[in-house]
Amino acid sequence: MSDLLPCPPRSAWLRNAAVLVGLVGGAAFGVLHWFEKPVTVTKDAPVAEQGDTGMVAKAVDAEFEEEWAANGEEPAPLADDLTLMRRLSLVLTGSIPSLQEIREFQAMTGTDRTRRWLSRLLADRRTSDYLAERLARAFVGTENGPFLIYRRRRLVEWLGDALLQNRPYDRIVRELIDSKGVWTTSPQVNFITVTNEPGKGPDEAKLAVRVSRAFLGVRIDCVECHDGKLGSPWKQADFHQLAAFFGQTDFALTGLRDDPKDRYKARYLGQTEEAVIPAQVPWKTELLPEKGGPRARLARWVTAPENRAFARATVNRLWALLFNRPLVSPVDDLPLAGPFPPGLERLADDFIAHGFDLHRLIGVITATRVFQMSSLSENPEAERRWAAFPVTRLRPEQMAGSVIQAASLTTLDAEAHVLLRIKRDLDVGNFVKRYGDTGEDDFEDGGGTIPQRLLLMNGNMVSENVRNNPLVNAGTRIAMLAPDDRTAVETAYLAIFTRRPTEAERGHFEGLLASSKGNGRQNVMSDLYWTLMNATEFSWNH
Amino acid sequence: MNADSTCLGYDHLTRRTLMRGAGAAGLSWLTPLADLLAVEAEKSPSGKPAKSLILLWLGGAASQLDTFDPHPATKIGGGVKTIGTAIKGVQFAAGLEQTASVMGDVSVIRSMVSREGDHERAFYNIKTGYRPDPTLIHPSIGAVLCHELPETPVEIPTHVSILPNQWPARGGYLGAKFDAFQVYDPRGSIPDVRARVADERMEKRLESLEVVERAFAAGRAASLDTQKTLHRLSIERARRMMTSEQLKAFDVSLAPAAERNAYGDTPFGRGCLAALRLIQTGVRCVEVTLSGWDTHANNLEGQAAQVKILDAAYASLIRDLKRHGLLESTIVLCGGEFGRTPKINALEGRDHWPHAFSMLVAGGGFAGGRVMGATDPQGEKKEPEKPVYVEDLHATVLDLLGIDYLKEMMTPIGRPMALSKGDVVQELTS
Repeated sequence: MSDLLPCPPRSAWLRNAAVLVGLVGGAAFGVLHWFEKPVTVTKDAPVAEQGDTGMVAKAVDAEFEEEWAANGEEPAPLADDLTLMRRLSLVLTGSIPSLQEIREFQAMTGTDRTRRWLSRLLADRRTSDYLAERLARAFVGTENGPFLIYRRRRLVEWLGDALLQNRPYDRIVRELIDSKGVWTTSPQVNFITVTNEPGKGPDEAKLAVRVSRAFLGVRIDCVECHDGKLGSPWKQADFHQLAAFFGQTDFALTGLRDDPKDRYKARYLGQTEEAVIPAQVPWKTELLPEKGGPRARLARWVTAPENRAFARATVNRLWALLFNRPLVSPVDDLPLAGPFPPGLERLADDFIAHGFDLHRLIGVITATRVFQMSSLSENPEAERRWAAFPVTRLRPEQMAGSVIQAASLTTLDAEAHVLLRIKRDLDVGNFVKRYGDTGEDDFEDGGGTIPQRLLLMNGNMVSENVRNNPLVNAGTRIAMLAPDDRTAVETAYLAIFTRRPTEAERGHFEGLLASSKGNGRQNVMSDLYWTLMNATEFSWNH
Repeated sequence: MNADSTCLGYDHLTRRTLMRGAGAAGLSWLTPLADLLAVEAEKSPSGKPAKSLILLWLGGAASQLDTFDPHPATKIGGGVKTIGTAIKGVQFAAGLEQTASVMGDVSVIRSMVSREGDHERAFYNIKTGYRPDPTLIHPSIGAVLCHELPETPVEIPTHVSILPNQWPARGGYLGAKFDAFQVYDPRGSIPDVRARVADERMEKRLESLEVVERAFAAGRAASLDTQKTLHRLSIERARRMMTSEQLKAFDVSLAPAAERNAYGDTPFGRGCLAALRLIQTGVRCVEVTLSGWDTHANNLEGQAAQVKILDAAYASLIRDLKRHGLLESTIVLCGGEFGRTPKINALEGRDHWPHAFSMLVAGGGFAGGRVMGATDPQGEKKEPEKPVYVEDLHATVLDLLGIDYLKEMMTPIGRPMALSKGDVVQELTS
């Protein structure tokens, strides 16, 4: 290929090298028995949640059911366990499950195995890393920001640790708003330093935008320059008084701190002079503590249990991460006084009552019938009312992660060889660059573009992961190791679609395998991999 | 709105886009005859409105004082030497001899005003006509063009960015499908358009894909594919593009040697030649970027080096568009995201200057041979005479393309937004 674009680093050697290391260790032979039967799970994961999670989920469902009944909507049937497993993996780890994981899942018994699978994923570093990255987009955006005083990566790592430990979300947010020190030892200060303007310090207006949108689901930035129009209740003062809480935030040799001498100034529309703006919150002023530094007081107010905007915004965002679509759209623009869609208030109540426990919130949402429903519906409007699971486009990093995972039979998690993980990250980065990042947080469902389609059909990543390569590529290995054609086709379907083939699909591909000879068999498997990776089912969550 | 189409291809003409093309916006009915008229208007090669756009970005910001607005022998002149142009009394910097000779077909604006002095923000501004806004991303003008005008009978992308810098043209709130298709030095084929396997095997793969797609479609609404995922459509279009003869438009190695030499043996020269070939094929908007103008040090030499690359390529493009009868239907803009300071700094460089810079405009209804505005030869007055704001240039271009630039689009955040908030600069057109 004489591609004109700079080729991504040819890092295939990394993967080859890592697999060789694995072979020497003998680990790679373990895959053989996945063709035969499910593996035995040595230690069973603990049950995801105790007590009343199911009851809360039922109460949420009841609100949806009422609405469906009112609209004469027939809800879709429940999805099967493997479909649920795929959904959970995609939204929590950013990739489809591996064949290894599918076999482990199949070996689990009991009706609550998807719940136990969920608790396993919540304890998985991939999940905390991925959710941290998704949340960081809302907190600090995707850009790398001012170099010397901002390290996005450090912030994401800090957030990942907090999510893995399931630190209460209100505490995480307070630490972000009211942080001190330098970015190296206190990574949470990056939330503030990302807004730094050379010579001016942290940008109060940008911080007001972030705090109101990301944590409270309120867009008051439209009133930065004028009072609200088009029915907006906000006044220019609401915005600038919120920004004023960051008016004393400054850098010193010791890092980020508050300088009591600093004051936030702004010029209101119609005024000729800038004026000192006092710090005040735009609603529920009684919740604002009287004592403490300005940012500490703001942080307390934002996360106060009585300030329901905080819980609602978080529920809406988590819902969006789990369904690839928010309950209220856009994700950071919720009405303060309602009306609210089914489920939102009930989930917010539970989130507040349980101390802002994110793992529990994920547990409750994924326990609802709404989440566990099939996406199969003849009615294109059904998913609008959550009467069928919404079919949504995978995000670029989910696409890339899934192509790479499907090409490897073993799980590419924290246990995978470091070279494999480096290679994975490089490949995902290159792919996302070409495919186009969705930006800060995009839950829009546009169809794929032509350059994206061309990249999947002819680009390096899919080509490298499906071509004949007995050392590393799953397709080739399945062709070589599967005891018969039926097993080969079924294994590939599980590895790529997380399901078994239909009779028609099985017949089609078994026929192609039966009529192939020698190397042709590996080509058929390579073509099967290409085909499934270019199908709608692969690039859309369902 | 071209909502269910992509910025590519022909077969998804919608009634509403046709209506716009026919200039009949406001009619709520449309007869087959009106349909036909819309297509005819599109086919007509002559007369207004313009139908395509070439944007030549002098990235990093060309110095107006060392290109199209020199003030020799003044304290801000910086040692620039000048030459006469086809416009009487108008001088350009030496090195722009070929460009000077085509100025009968080109006008120069010497009073462009931007409000952004940072490269990224200024590029956003000059490509979209709006200042950056934290709440939404505005579409680049090429995306607006693809969205508003009827689709053209081509099998390749109709919005193309050649040699993009970090900020290629985007679809913004119109959607990623209106993003420019990015290609680099057009010296050979473009990426990802060749199948990795032989035709016969590719056919088999696509047959298998049909089997798999049928399984997924079972029990789902037909509109999932036709309205939402657009999967079949995107595969078809990708296939059509992969096998299209029109892909050759990207490959300037197929052009006659004499033609190639005229543009100069540079990536930018090849980019301009590719732009010509793409416009000939029916592409709507091509942007080509020539970076390297950010001369904070050694301004005189730095600018002269880029001028050399620009001169041959620009003049050849204008000549060839005219020769092929395409200049009257193709707008060509050429300029930087802002200008450079009259004052020369301690490193013999010039810094960022958005207050008054130059832009060449040609074709598609722009008059030739005119000069708009003037800057202070002493460099003391910031404001130029007859300022043309970036948004005014956008309004003028959209107007020449027959697009109602005042029309408000509903953005995803629910805020209505005019396509341009500028005013048409009549002096440049009539």
